[in-house]
Amino acid sequence: MAFVTPDFVPAIPEIFVLGMACLALVVDVYITERYRLFTYQLAQSTLVASALMVIFLYPAEAVVTFNGTFVSDGMSTVLKVFILLVSYFVFFYSKQYLRDRNLFRGEYYVLGLFAVLGMMVMASAHSLLTIYLGLELLSLSLYALVALNRDSNEASEAAMKYFVLGALASGMLLYGMSMIYGATASLDLAEVYRVASGGQANDTLLVFGLVFVVVGLAFKFGAVPFHMWVPDVYEGASTSVTLFISTAPKLAAFAMAMRLLVDALPSLHGDWQQMLIILAVLSMAAGNVIAIAQTNLKRMLAYSTIAHVGFLLAGILTGTQSGYAAAMFYVIVYALMSMGGFGMIILMSQAGIEADRLDHFKGLNERSPWFAFIMLIFMFSMAGVPPFLGFWAKWSVLRELVAGGVVWLAAVAVVFSIIGAFYYLRVVRLMYFDKPEDATPITPGRDMRVMMSANGLAILGLGIYPGGLMAVCVSALGA
Amino acid sequence: MIPLSHYLTLGAIMFCLSMTGIFLNRKNVLILLMCIELMLLSVNLNFIAFSHFLGDTAGQVFVFFILTVAAAESAIGLAILVVLFRNRQTINVDDLDSMKG
Repeated sequence: MAFVTPDFVPAIPEIFVLGMACLALVVDVYITERYRLFTYQLAQSTLVASALMVIFLYPAEAVVTFNGTFVSDGMSTVLKVFILLVSYFVFFYSKQYLRDRNLFRGEYYVLGLFAVLGMMVMASAHSLLTIYLGLELLSLSLYALVALNRDSNEASEAAMKYFVLGALASGMLLYGMSMIYGATASLDLAEVYRVASGGQANDTLLVFGLVFVVVGLAFKFGAVPFHMWVPDVYEGASTSVTLFISTAPKLAAFAMAMRLLVDALPSLHGDWQQMLIILAVLSMAAGNVIAIAQTNLKRMLAYSTIAHVGFLLAGILTGTQSGYAAAMFYVIVYALMSMGGFGMIILMSQAGIEADRLDHFKGLNERSPWFAFIMLIFMFSMAGVPPFLGFWAKWSVLRELVAGGVVWLAAVAVVFSIIGAFYYLRVVRLMYFDKPEDATPITPGRDMRVMMSANGLAILGLGIYPGGLMAVCVSALGA
Repeated sequence: MIPLSHYLTLGAIMFCLSMTGIFLNRKNVLILLMCIELMLLSVNLNFIAFSHFLGDTAGQVFVFFILTVAAAESAIGLAILVVLFRNRQTINVDDLDSMKG
Protein backbone atom coordinates (compact mmCIF):
# COMPACT_ATOMS: atom_id res chain seq x y z
CA MET A 1 0.00 0.00 0.00
CA ALA A 2 1.59 3.23 -1.16
CA PHE A 3 1.57 6.25 1.11
CA VAL A 4 -0.58 9.00 -0.32
CA THR A 5 -0.46 12.50 1.12
CA PRO A 6 -3.99 13.23 2.30
CA ASP A 7 -5.88 16.30 1.19
CA PHE A 8 -5.39 18.77 4.04
CA VAL A 9 -7.63 21.51 2.68
CA PRO A 10 -10.99 20.38 4.18
CA ALA A 11 -9.36 20.19 7.62
CA ILE A 12 -7.70 23.62 7.56
CA PRO A 13 -10.10 25.18 10.11
CA GLU A 14 -9.42 22.35 12.58
CA ILE A 15 -5.66 22.55 12.07
CA PHE A 16 -5.86 26.30 12.58
CA VAL A 17 -7.82 25.97 15.83
CA LEU A 18 -5.34 23.37 17.08
CA GLY A 19 -2.39 25.60 16.29
CA MET A 20 -3.95 28.64 17.88
CA ALA A 21 -5.02 26.72 21.00
CA CYS A 22 -1.42 25.57 21.50
CA LEU A 23 -0.20 29.11 20.85
CA ALA A 24 -2.66 30.54 23.36
CA LEU A 25 -1.47 27.99 25.90
CA VAL A 26 2.16 29.05 25.49
CA VAL A 27 1.46 32.77 25.26
CA ASP A 28 -0.67 32.67 28.38
CA VAL A 29 2.24 31.29 30.40
CA TYR A 30 4.45 34.25 29.53
CA ILE A 31 2.10 37.19 29.92
CA THR A 32 1.46 38.90 33.22
CA GLU A 33 -1.91 39.24 34.91
CA ARG A 34 -2.34 42.75 33.50
CA TYR A 35 -2.37 41.52 29.91
CA ARG A 36 -4.60 38.49 30.51
CA LEU A 37 -7.13 40.03 28.15
CA PHE A 38 -4.78 39.15 25.32
CA THR A 39 -5.46 35.42 25.71
CA TYR A 40 -9.14 36.18 25.50
CA GLN A 41 -8.68 38.23 22.35
CA LEU A 42 -6.54 35.51 20.84
CA ALA A 43 -9.24 32.91 21.51
CA GLN A 44 -11.98 35.12 20.11
CA SER A 45 -10.06 35.95 16.93
CA THR A 46 -9.33 32.24 16.48
CA LEU A 47 -13.03 31.48 16.56
CA VAL A 48 -13.88 34.24 14.09
CA ALA A 49 -11.09 33.35 11.67
CA SER A 50 -11.92 29.66 11.86
CA ALA A 51 -15.60 30.36 11.17
CA LEU A 52 -14.64 32.39 8.11
CA MET A 53 -12.45 29.51 6.89
CA VAL A 54 -15.27 27.02 7.38
CA ILE A 55 -17.62 29.22 5.36
CA PHE A 56 -15.01 29.84 2.70
CA LEU A 57 -14.29 26.11 2.34
CA TYR A 58 -17.97 25.18 2.01
CA PRO A 59 -17.82 22.10 -0.22
CA ALA A 60 -20.13 21.72 -3.20
CA GLU A 61 -20.35 18.01 -2.37
CA ALA A 62 -19.08 15.83 0.47
CA VAL A 63 -15.27 15.50 0.48
CA VAL A 64 -13.74 12.59 2.37
CA THR A 65 -10.07 12.74 3.26
CA PHE A 66 -7.43 11.28 5.64
CA ASN A 67 -8.13 7.71 4.52
CA GLY A 68 -11.86 8.01 5.03
CA THR A 69 -11.68 9.32 8.60
CA PHE A 70 -12.66 12.91 7.94
CA VAL A 71 -15.51 14.34 5.93
CA SER A 72 -16.47 17.85 5.02
CA ASP A 73 -20.07 18.21 3.89
CA GLY A 74 -23.02 20.51 4.25
CA MET A 75 -24.04 19.27 7.68
CA SER A 76 -20.54 19.54 9.14
CA THR A 77 -20.10 23.03 7.70
CA VAL A 78 -23.35 24.42 9.10
CA LEU A 79 -22.87 22.79 12.50
CA LYS A 80 -19.28 24.02 12.73
CA VAL A 81 -20.30 27.57 11.93
CA PHE A 82 -22.89 27.49 14.70
CA ILE A 83 -20.50 25.79 17.15
CA LEU A 84 -17.99 28.58 16.54
CA LEU A 85 -20.62 31.31 16.71
CA VAL A 86 -22.10 30.00 19.94
CA SER A 87 -18.64 29.58 21.50
CA TYR A 88 -17.84 33.17 20.55
CA PHE A 89 -20.89 34.39 22.45
CA VAL A 90 -20.12 32.08 25.38
CA PHE A 91 -16.57 33.41 25.74
CA PHE A 92 -17.89 36.92 25.44
CA TYR A 93 -20.61 36.56 28.08
CA SER A 94 -18.18 34.85 30.45
CA LYS A 95 -15.52 37.56 30.39
CA GLN A 96 -16.89 39.90 33.04
CA TYR A 97 -18.29 37.07 35.15
CA LEU A 98 -14.92 35.35 35.33
CA ARG A 99 -13.17 38.60 36.13
CA ASP A 100 -15.49 39.35 39.04
CA ARG A 101 -14.77 35.94 40.51
CA ASN A 102 -11.04 35.99 39.98
CA LEU A 103 -11.35 33.10 37.52
CA PHE A 104 -10.27 35.10 34.48
CA ARG A 105 -7.37 32.81 33.57
CA GLY A 106 -5.97 31.56 30.34
CA GLU A 107 -7.09 28.01 31.16
CA TYR A 108 -10.73 28.80 30.55
CA TYR A 109 -10.03 29.95 27.01
CA VAL A 110 -7.41 27.32 26.18
CA LEU A 111 -9.62 24.47 27.40
CA GLY A 112 -12.53 26.12 25.63
CA LEU A 113 -10.61 26.17 22.35
CA PHE A 114 -9.68 22.50 22.72
CA ALA A 115 -13.30 21.67 23.42
CA VAL A 116 -14.27 23.59 20.27
CA LEU A 117 -11.70 21.59 18.33
CA GLY A 118 -13.18 18.36 19.68
CA MET A 119 -16.63 19.46 18.61
CA MET A 120 -15.43 20.36 15.13
CA VAL A 121 -13.80 16.95 14.76
CA MET A 122 -17.03 15.31 15.90
CA ALA A 123 -19.00 17.26 13.31
CA SER A 124 -16.62 16.10 10.59
CA ALA A 125 -16.00 12.55 11.77
CA HIS A 126 -16.28 9.83 9.18
CA SER A 127 -14.94 6.91 11.15
CA LEU A 128 -15.67 5.39 14.55
CA LEU A 129 -12.14 6.38 15.57
CA THR A 130 -12.54 10.09 14.78
CA ILE A 131 -15.93 10.19 16.50
CA TYR A 132 -14.34 8.75 19.64
CA LEU A 133 -11.31 11.04 19.57
CA GLY A 134 -13.39 14.16 18.98
CA LEU A 135 -15.76 13.18 21.75
CA GLU A 136 -12.94 12.55 24.23
CA LEU A 137 -11.19 15.81 23.39
CA LEU A 138 -14.46 17.60 24.09
CA SER A 139 -15.29 15.65 27.24
CA LEU A 140 -11.86 15.84 28.84
CA SER A 141 -11.78 19.61 28.32
CA LEU A 142 -15.24 19.94 29.81
CA TYR A 143 -14.37 17.88 32.92
CA ALA A 144 -11.46 20.19 33.58
CA LEU A 145 -13.58 23.29 32.89
CA VAL A 146 -16.19 22.21 35.44
CA ALA A 147 -13.45 21.82 38.04
CA LEU A 148 -11.94 25.19 37.12
CA ASN A 149 -13.44 26.86 40.18
CA ARG A 150 -11.08 24.97 42.46
CA ASP A 151 -12.21 26.32 45.80
CA SER A 152 -15.88 25.57 45.29
CA ASN A 153 -17.27 22.51 46.99
CA GLU A 154 -20.11 22.17 44.50
CA ALA A 155 -17.91 22.60 41.46
CA SER A 156 -15.54 19.81 42.47
CA GLU A 157 -18.43 17.50 43.29
CA ALA A 158 -20.07 18.31 39.96
CA ALA A 159 -16.78 17.69 38.15
CA MET A 160 -16.40 14.28 39.79
CA LYS A 161 -19.96 13.26 38.92
CA TYR A 162 -19.56 14.51 35.38
CA PHE A 163 -16.25 12.70 35.03
CA VAL A 164 -17.48 9.32 36.28
CA LEU A 165 -20.71 9.35 34.28
CA GLY A 166 -19.01 10.79 31.21
CA ALA A 167 -16.35 8.10 31.31
CA LEU A 168 -19.05 5.47 31.79
CA ALA A 169 -20.85 6.82 28.72
CA SER A 170 -17.66 6.74 26.67
CA GLY A 171 -17.09 3.17 27.79
CA MET A 172 -20.60 2.17 26.70
CA LEU A 173 -20.16 3.90 23.37
CA LEU A 174 -16.81 2.20 22.81
CA TYR A 175 -18.22 -1.21 23.70
CA GLY A 176 -20.93 -0.66 21.12
CA MET A 177 -18.36 0.51 18.59
CA SER A 178 -16.30 -2.64 19.14
CA MET A 179 -19.38 -4.74 18.37
CA ILE A 180 -20.13 -2.73 15.24
CA TYR A 181 -16.52 -3.16 14.19
CA GLY A 182 -16.78 -6.88 14.81
CA ALA A 183 -19.94 -7.14 12.72
CA THR A 184 -18.77 -5.05 9.78
CA ALA A 185 -14.96 -5.43 9.88
CA SER A 186 -14.44 -1.73 9.36
CA LEU A 187 -14.23 1.54 11.27
CA ASP A 188 -15.07 3.66 8.23
CA LEU A 189 -18.69 4.82 8.42
CA ALA A 190 -19.21 4.49 4.66
CA GLU A 191 -17.96 0.89 4.80
CA VAL A 192 -20.07 0.16 7.89
CA TYR A 193 -23.07 1.49 5.96
CA ARG A 194 -22.26 -0.62 2.91
CA VAL A 195 -21.81 -3.86 4.86
CA ALA A 196 -24.76 -3.27 7.20
CA SER A 197 -27.23 -2.41 4.46
CA GLY A 198 -25.91 -5.16 2.18
CA GLY A 199 -27.02 -7.72 4.76
CA GLN A 200 -23.53 -9.24 5.02
CA ALA A 201 -23.15 -8.33 8.67
CA ASN A 202 -23.99 -10.49 11.65
CA ASP A 203 -27.28 -8.89 12.64
CA THR A 204 -27.30 -9.99 16.28
CA LEU A 205 -23.87 -8.51 16.85
CA LEU A 206 -24.81 -5.33 15.04
CA VAL A 207 -28.02 -4.75 17.02
CA PHE A 208 -26.19 -5.59 20.25
CA GLY A 209 -23.61 -2.93 19.38
CA LEU A 210 -26.34 -0.48 18.42
CA VAL A 211 -27.95 -0.76 21.87
CA PHE A 212 -24.71 0.26 23.56
CA VAL A 213 -24.09 3.05 21.09
CA VAL A 214 -27.57 4.48 21.69
CA VAL A 215 -27.08 4.29 25.46
CA GLY A 216 -23.75 6.10 25.11
CA LEU A 217 -25.39 8.77 22.94
CA ALA A 218 -28.24 9.16 25.42
CA PHE A 219 -25.73 9.72 28.23
CA LYS A 220 -23.94 12.39 26.25
CA PHE A 221 -27.20 14.10 25.30
CA GLY A 222 -28.53 13.77 28.83
CA ALA A 223 -31.72 11.95 27.82
CA VAL A 224 -33.81 10.23 30.50
CA PRO A 225 -33.04 7.64 32.03
CA PHE A 226 -29.38 8.63 31.56
CA HIS A 227 -29.78 12.23 32.68
CA MET A 228 -28.60 12.02 36.32
CA TRP A 229 -25.52 14.15 35.73
CA VAL A 230 -27.22 17.02 33.92
CA PRO A 231 -28.86 18.96 36.82
CA ASP A 232 -25.96 18.47 39.22
CA VAL A 233 -23.34 19.55 36.71
CA TYR A 234 -25.37 22.54 35.57
CA GLU A 235 -25.90 23.66 39.14
CA GLY A 236 -22.43 22.93 40.47
CA ALA A 237 -20.31 24.37 37.67
CA SER A 238 -19.75 28.10 37.57
CA THR A 239 -22.34 29.73 35.32
CA SER A 240 -19.84 30.57 32.60
CA VAL A 241 -19.02 26.86 32.27
CA THR A 242 -22.67 25.82 32.48
CA LEU A 243 -23.35 28.25 29.66
CA PHE A 244 -20.71 26.51 27.57
CA ILE A 245 -21.78 22.93 28.39
CA SER A 246 -25.44 23.60 27.72
CA THR A 247 -24.96 25.07 24.25
CA ALA A 248 -22.26 24.08 21.78
CA PRO A 249 -21.73 20.43 22.88
CA LYS A 250 -25.39 19.72 22.09
CA LEU A 251 -24.69 20.66 18.47
CA ALA A 252 -21.75 18.26 18.47
CA ALA A 253 -23.79 15.51 20.11
CA PHE A 254 -26.39 15.96 17.37
CA ALA A 255 -23.65 15.58 14.76
CA MET A 256 -22.44 12.41 16.48
CA ALA A 257 -25.94 10.94 16.55
CA MET A 258 -26.42 11.74 12.88
CA ARG A 259 -23.10 10.19 11.89
CA LEU A 260 -23.62 7.00 13.87
CA LEU A 261 -27.31 6.37 13.37
CA VAL A 262 -28.12 7.98 10.04
CA ASP A 263 -24.86 7.85 8.07
CA ALA A 264 -23.69 4.45 9.27
CA LEU A 265 -26.70 2.43 10.37
CA PRO A 266 -29.84 3.58 8.51
CA SER A 267 -30.54 -0.10 7.80
CA LEU A 268 -31.30 -0.57 11.50
CA HIS A 269 -33.75 2.33 11.53
CA GLY A 270 -36.53 0.13 12.88
CA ASP A 271 -34.41 -0.83 15.88
CA TRP A 272 -33.06 2.56 16.84
CA GLN A 273 -36.38 4.21 16.23
CA GLN A 274 -37.90 2.12 19.04
CA MET A 275 -35.09 3.06 21.42
CA LEU A 276 -35.25 6.75 20.57
CA ILE A 277 -39.03 6.79 21.05
CA ILE A 278 -38.59 5.53 24.62
CA LEU A 279 -35.83 8.06 25.30
CA ALA A 280 -37.81 10.91 23.75
CA VAL A 281 -41.03 10.24 25.65
CA LEU A 282 -39.26 9.76 28.99
CA SER A 283 -37.11 12.87 28.47
CA MET A 284 -40.04 15.10 27.60
CA ALA A 285 -42.07 13.74 30.52
CA ALA A 286 -39.40 13.81 33.23
CA GLY A 287 -37.75 17.02 32.05
CA ASN A 288 -40.92 19.09 31.96
CA VAL A 289 -42.50 17.70 35.11
CA ILE A 290 -39.44 17.81 37.39
CA ALA A 291 -38.52 21.31 36.20
CA ILE A 292 -41.71 22.63 37.82
CA ALA A 293 -40.40 21.68 41.27
CA GLN A 294 -37.11 23.59 40.93
CA THR A 295 -36.28 26.83 42.72
CA ASN A 296 -32.81 27.13 41.29
CA LEU A 297 -32.90 28.62 37.81
CA LYS A 298 -29.80 26.76 36.61
CA ARG A 299 -31.35 23.49 37.73
CA MET A 300 -34.65 24.41 36.13
CA LEU A 301 -32.92 25.14 32.84
CA ALA A 302 -31.10 21.82 33.18
CA TYR A 303 -34.40 19.97 33.28
CA SER A 304 -35.63 22.15 30.45
CA THR A 305 -32.57 20.99 28.49
CA ILE A 306 -33.58 17.40 29.10
CA ALA A 307 -37.05 18.15 27.76
CA HIS A 308 -35.57 19.85 24.69
CA VAL A 309 -33.36 16.81 24.08
CA GLY A 310 -36.52 14.71 24.00
CA PHE A 311 -37.88 16.90 21.21
CA LEU A 312 -34.60 16.74 19.36
CA LEU A 313 -34.56 12.93 19.48
CA ALA A 314 -38.17 12.93 18.27
CA GLY A 315 -36.98 14.77 15.16
CA ILE A 316 -34.21 12.25 14.49
CA LEU A 317 -36.37 9.17 14.99
CA THR A 318 -38.70 10.01 12.10
CA GLY A 319 -35.99 8.63 9.83
CA THR A 320 -36.78 11.02 6.98
CA GLN A 321 -34.54 13.66 5.42
CA SER A 322 -36.94 16.44 6.43
CA GLY A 323 -37.13 14.97 9.94
CA TYR A 324 -33.35 15.25 10.27
CA ALA A 325 -33.53 18.82 9.00
CA ALA A 326 -36.18 19.61 11.62
CA ALA A 327 -33.99 18.08 14.35
CA MET A 328 -31.00 20.10 13.17
CA PHE A 329 -33.12 23.26 13.16
CA TYR A 330 -34.25 22.39 16.67
CA VAL A 331 -30.76 21.86 18.04
CA ILE A 332 -29.48 25.13 16.55
CA VAL A 333 -32.46 27.04 17.93
CA TYR A 334 -32.02 25.34 21.30
CA ALA A 335 -28.35 26.38 21.43
CA LEU A 336 -29.27 30.00 20.70
CA MET A 337 -32.02 30.06 23.33
CA SER A 338 -29.99 28.31 25.99
CA MET A 339 -27.13 30.73 25.33
CA GLY A 340 -29.54 33.56 26.06
CA GLY A 341 -31.08 31.94 29.14
CA PHE A 342 -27.78 31.25 30.88
CA GLY A 343 -26.40 34.52 29.53
CA MET A 344 -29.12 36.33 31.46
CA ILE A 345 -28.07 34.57 34.67
CA ILE A 346 -24.52 35.76 34.03
CA LEU A 347 -25.74 39.28 33.34
CA MET A 348 -27.70 39.33 36.59
CA SER A 349 -24.77 37.93 38.60
CA GLN A 350 -22.89 41.05 39.50
CA ALA A 351 -19.72 40.70 41.53
CA GLY A 352 -20.20 38.33 44.42
CA ILE A 353 -23.89 37.49 44.03
CA GLU A 354 -24.90 34.37 42.14
CA ALA A 355 -28.25 35.23 40.62
CA ASP A 356 -29.13 31.61 39.98
CA ARG A 357 -32.31 31.38 42.04
CA LEU A 358 -35.74 32.16 40.71
CA ASP A 359 -36.17 34.75 43.48
CA HIS A 360 -33.37 36.81 41.99
CA PHE A 361 -35.54 37.45 38.96
CA LYS A 362 -38.42 38.85 40.99
CA GLY A 363 -39.43 42.28 39.78
CA LEU A 364 -36.76 42.44 37.10
CA ASN A 365 -39.09 44.73 35.17
CA GLU A 366 -38.64 47.46 37.78
CA ARG A 367 -34.89 47.08 37.83
CA SER A 368 -34.35 46.94 34.09
CA PRO A 369 -37.36 46.86 31.76
CA TRP A 370 -35.24 46.14 28.70
CA PHE A 371 -33.56 43.04 30.10
CA ALA A 372 -36.83 41.82 31.54
CA PHE A 373 -38.14 42.00 27.98
CA ILE A 374 -35.11 40.11 26.64
CA MET A 375 -35.57 37.40 29.27
CA LEU A 376 -39.25 37.28 28.34
CA ILE A 377 -38.24 36.55 24.75
CA PHE A 378 -36.05 33.64 25.85
CA MET A 379 -38.68 32.19 28.15
CA PHE A 380 -41.49 32.50 25.60
CA SER A 381 -39.25 31.03 22.94
CA MET A 382 -38.30 28.03 25.10
CA ALA A 383 -41.94 27.51 25.99
CA GLY A 384 -42.79 27.50 22.29
CA VAL A 385 -45.03 30.56 22.12
CA PRO A 386 -45.44 31.98 18.61
CA PRO A 387 -43.97 34.04 16.96
CA PHE A 388 -40.67 33.34 18.74
CA LEU A 389 -38.09 31.03 17.23
CA GLY A 390 -38.69 28.18 19.68
CA PHE A 391 -42.23 27.82 18.39
CA TRP A 392 -41.04 27.13 14.85
CA ALA A 393 -38.53 24.58 16.10
CA LYS A 394 -41.23 22.68 17.97
CA TRP A 395 -43.66 23.10 15.11
CA SER A 396 -41.28 21.67 12.50
CA VAL A 397 -40.51 18.61 14.63
CA LEU A 398 -44.22 18.03 15.27
CA ARG A 399 -45.00 18.40 11.58
CA GLU A 400 -42.37 15.79 10.70
CA LEU A 401 -43.67 13.44 13.39
CA VAL A 402 -47.17 13.64 11.93
CA ALA A 403 -45.84 13.25 8.39
CA GLY A 404 -43.77 10.25 9.54
CA GLY A 405 -46.86 8.55 10.91
CA VAL A 406 -45.93 8.79 14.61
CA VAL A 407 -48.97 10.91 15.43
CA TRP A 408 -49.32 9.67 19.01
CA LEU A 409 -45.81 10.83 19.82
CA ALA A 410 -46.63 14.27 18.41
CA ALA A 411 -49.67 14.38 20.72
CA VAL A 412 -47.54 13.38 23.71
CA ALA A 413 -44.99 16.05 22.81
CA VAL A 414 -47.69 18.73 22.66
CA VAL A 415 -49.11 17.72 26.04
CA PHE A 416 -45.72 17.88 27.72
CA SER A 417 -44.88 21.18 26.05
CA ILE A 418 -48.03 22.66 27.55
CA ILE A 419 -47.05 21.33 30.98
CA GLY A 420 -43.58 22.77 30.38
CA ALA A 421 -44.95 26.20 29.49
CA PHE A 422 -45.97 26.54 33.14
CA TYR A 423 -42.47 26.91 34.54
CA TYR A 424 -41.26 29.22 31.80
CA LEU A 425 -44.24 31.49 32.29
CA ARG A 426 -43.64 31.43 36.04
CA VAL A 427 -40.34 33.20 35.43
CA VAL A 428 -42.16 35.81 33.37
CA ARG A 429 -44.71 36.26 36.16
CA LEU A 430 -41.95 36.72 38.74
CA MET A 431 -40.27 39.34 36.57
CA TYR A 432 -43.36 41.41 35.85
CA PHE A 433 -45.76 40.98 38.77
CA ASP A 434 -43.58 40.53 41.85
CA LYS A 435 -41.70 43.07 43.92
CA PRO A 436 -37.92 42.89 43.70
CA GLU A 437 -36.04 41.88 46.87
CA ASP A 438 -33.18 44.12 45.96
CA ALA A 439 -34.10 47.08 43.78
CA THR A 440 -30.65 48.11 42.55
CA PRO A 441 -30.83 48.70 38.80
CA ILE A 442 -28.96 46.32 36.51
CA THR A 443 -26.05 48.04 34.82
CA PRO A 444 -24.04 45.71 32.62
CA GLY A 445 -21.23 47.05 30.47
CA ARG A 446 -22.18 48.44 27.09
CA ASP A 447 -20.67 45.56 25.09
CA MET A 448 -22.58 43.01 27.18
CA ARG A 449 -25.74 45.05 26.71
CA VAL A 450 -25.31 45.01 22.93
CA MET A 451 -24.52 41.31 22.62
CA MET A 452 -27.31 40.23 24.94
CA SER A 453 -29.81 42.37 23.07
CA ALA A 454 -28.56 40.99 19.76
CA ASN A 455 -29.06 37.46 21.11
CA GLY A 456 -32.60 38.22 22.21
CA LEU A 457 -33.59 40.13 19.11
CA ALA A 458 -32.17 37.35 16.93
CA ILE A 459 -34.61 34.94 18.58
CA LEU A 460 -37.44 37.37 17.89
CA GLY A 461 -36.29 38.30 14.39
CA LEU A 462 -35.60 34.75 13.25
CA GLY A 463 -38.93 33.80 14.78
CA ILE A 464 -40.70 36.25 12.49
CA TYR A 465 -38.70 35.06 9.46
CA PRO A 466 -37.80 31.43 10.25
CA GLY A 467 -37.61 30.42 6.57
CA GLY A 468 -33.95 31.30 6.07
CA LEU A 469 -32.51 29.22 8.90
CA MET A 470 -34.81 26.31 8.03
CA ALA A 471 -33.68 26.46 4.39
CA VAL A 472 -30.05 26.38 5.53
CA CYS A 473 -30.73 23.20 7.53
CA VAL A 474 -32.57 21.52 4.67
CA SER A 475 -29.88 22.32 2.12
CA ALA A 476 -27.10 21.32 4.54
CA LEU A 477 -28.50 17.81 4.82
CA GLY A 478 -29.25 17.59 1.12
CA ALA A 479 -25.67 18.42 0.10
CA MET B 1 -6.93 -22.35 18.93
CA ILE B 2 -9.15 -20.39 21.31
CA PRO B 3 -12.37 -19.40 19.49
CA LEU B 4 -13.54 -15.79 19.19
CA SER B 5 -16.52 -16.38 21.44
CA HIS B 6 -14.26 -17.06 24.44
CA TYR B 7 -12.59 -13.68 24.08
CA LEU B 8 -15.92 -11.93 23.70
CA THR B 9 -17.30 -13.69 26.76
CA LEU B 10 -14.28 -12.64 28.80
CA GLY B 11 -14.69 -9.09 27.51
CA ALA B 12 -18.38 -9.11 28.44
CA ILE B 13 -17.60 -10.44 31.93
CA MET B 14 -15.02 -7.70 32.48
CA PHE B 15 -17.45 -5.09 31.21
CA CYS B 16 -20.20 -6.31 33.54
CA LEU B 17 -17.78 -6.40 36.48
CA SER B 18 -16.80 -2.80 35.88
CA MET B 19 -20.44 -1.72 35.57
CA THR B 20 -21.34 -3.49 38.79
CA GLY B 21 -18.33 -1.88 40.43
CA ILE B 22 -19.45 1.59 39.39
CA PHE B 23 -23.02 1.14 40.55
CA LEU B 24 -22.54 -0.89 43.72
CA ASN B 25 -19.46 0.79 45.12
CA ARG B 26 -20.48 3.32 47.76
CA LYS B 27 -17.17 3.67 49.54
CA ASN B 28 -14.35 5.12 47.55
CA VAL B 29 -14.09 7.25 44.43
CA LEU B 30 -10.73 5.68 43.57
CA ILE B 31 -12.47 2.37 42.99
CA LEU B 32 -14.71 4.11 40.46
CA LEU B 33 -11.62 5.18 38.53
CA MET B 34 -10.33 1.61 38.57
CA CYS B 35 -13.67 0.35 37.27
CA ILE B 36 -13.54 2.86 34.44
CA GLU B 37 -10.07 1.57 33.50
CA LEU B 38 -11.34 -2.00 33.58
CA MET B 39 -14.21 -1.04 31.30
CA LEU B 40 -11.85 0.43 28.72
CA LEU B 41 -9.64 -2.66 28.93
CA SER B 42 -12.58 -4.93 28.23
CA VAL B 43 -13.29 -2.87 25.12
CA ASN B 44 -9.64 -3.19 24.12
CA LEU B 45 -9.86 -6.95 24.46
CA ASN B 46 -12.89 -6.97 22.18
CA PHE B 47 -11.18 -4.85 19.57
CA ILE B 48 -8.04 -6.97 19.54
CA ALA B 49 -9.99 -10.22 19.35
CA PHE B 50 -12.10 -8.94 16.45
CA SER B 51 -9.06 -7.47 14.77
CA HIS B 52 -7.25 -10.81 14.94
CA PHE B 53 -10.14 -12.92 13.75
CA LEU B 54 -11.18 -10.53 10.97
CA GLY B 55 -7.58 -10.13 9.79
CA ASP B 56 -7.92 -6.34 9.89
CA THR B 57 -5.42 -4.11 11.70
CA ALA B 58 -7.67 -1.07 12.16
CA GLY B 59 -9.00 -2.52 15.42
CA GLN B 60 -5.51 -2.71 16.90
CA VAL B 61 -4.82 0.88 15.91
CA PHE B 62 -8.00 1.86 17.71
CA VAL B 63 -6.69 0.13 20.84
CA PHE B 64 -3.59 2.31 20.87
CA PHE B 65 -5.78 5.39 20.76
CA ILE B 66 -7.99 4.08 23.55
CA LEU B 67 -4.94 3.38 25.72
CA THR B 68 -3.64 6.91 25.16
CA VAL B 69 -6.98 8.53 25.87
CA ALA B 70 -7.41 6.34 28.96
CA ALA B 71 -4.11 7.66 30.30
CA ALA B 72 -5.23 11.26 29.77
CA GLU B 73 -8.58 10.42 31.28
CA SER B 74 -7.12 8.99 34.49
CA ALA B 75 -4.82 12.00 34.77
CA ILE B 76 -7.83 14.31 34.72
CA GLY B 77 -9.83 12.00 36.97
CA LEU B 78 -7.12 11.94 39.60
CA ALA B 79 -6.66 15.70 39.35
CA ILE B 80 -10.37 16.19 40.02
CA LEU B 81 -10.08 13.73 42.90
CA VAL B 82 -7.32 15.82 44.47
CA VAL B 83 -9.42 18.98 44.16
CA LEU B 84 -12.37 17.15 45.67
CA PHE B 85 -10.32 15.89 48.61
CA ARG B 86 -8.88 19.34 49.28
CA ASN B 87 -12.35 20.82 49.43
CA ARG B 88 -14.05 18.24 51.61
CA GLN B 89 -11.41 15.99 53.18
CA THR B 90 -13.21 12.86 52.02
CA ILE B 91 -13.51 10.79 48.88
CA ASN B 92 -16.45 8.75 50.05
CA VAL B 93 -19.02 8.28 47.28
CA ASP B 94 -21.93 8.60 49.71
CA ASP B 95 -20.79 12.10 50.67
CA LEU B 96 -21.16 13.38 47.12
CA ASP B 97 -24.71 14.54 47.74
CA SER B 98 -24.66 18.27 48.37
CA MET B 99 -26.92 18.88 45.34
CA LYS B 100 -30.40 17.41 45.12
CA GLY B 101 -33.71 17.95 43.38
